[in-house]
Amino acid sequence: MKLLYFAWVRQKIGLSEEQVSVPSDVTTVATLMEFLSRRGPGYEAAFRNPALLRCAVNQEHAKFDARVRPDDEVAFFPPVTGG
Amino acid sequence: MSDIRIQREDFDPGAEIAALNTMAGDVGAIASFIGLVRADGRMEAMTLDHYPGFAEREISAHVAEARSRWPLLGVRVVHRVGRLTPGERIVFVGVASSHRQAAFAAAEFLMDYLKTRAPFWKLEEREGGATWVEARESDDESVRRWR
Repeated sequence: MKLLYFAWVRQKIGLSEEQVSVPSDVTTVATLMEFLSRRGPGYEAAFRNPALLRCAVNQEHAKFDARVRPDDEVAFFPPVTGG
Repeated sequence: MSDIRIQREDFDPGAEIAALNTMAGDVGAIASFIGLVRADGRMEAMTLDHYPGFAEREISAHVAEARSRWPLLGVRVVHRVGRLTPGERIVFVGVASSHRQAAFAAAEFLMDYLKTRAPFWKLEEREGGATWVEARESDDESVRRWR
């Protein structure tokens, strides 16, 4: 799975993107977040409060109950502040 | 016709408006919006981060929706990324139509969606350090009225 992080999520995790093999019980954004938060203190800090996070699956805004598959591109970021 | 660009360099608002004028059809109205970096709270600079690919897709989708709602003859959107200082231009939205109502409405619609859906993030630099700008509830309210 290709994972992308933006803004403070990237800073906390220390990576802008990575390729990760996820276990078979990771089937939704929510279970992916649980899995990732166990990867280290930076991840734990980034995913501690899901209310602060938004996500996109294959470059579409998605909710945390959205399905994810091993070859998806999943991005995590704070609410957008462009314009 | 639509033209959507994400770029580091500045843009020329006059040239963007001139391009809308020549895009297509019988243009009777052009509405444009330019967003600038404010210096409020003694901000020194801001850096705009974005999600390449998704940002273009998201803007394109909302331009397509604007075109389905109003009879538009041309749309141009430019969004800058990278480090910007107060007074610099951040964003341009320009819309051409036959009549002003459609041009005003579509420009406002596009800006409201850009602010709440397009994947850009602002990092503000102040004397004490750098902080990520938080999303504003009022921007979410602005976008709700178009639903």
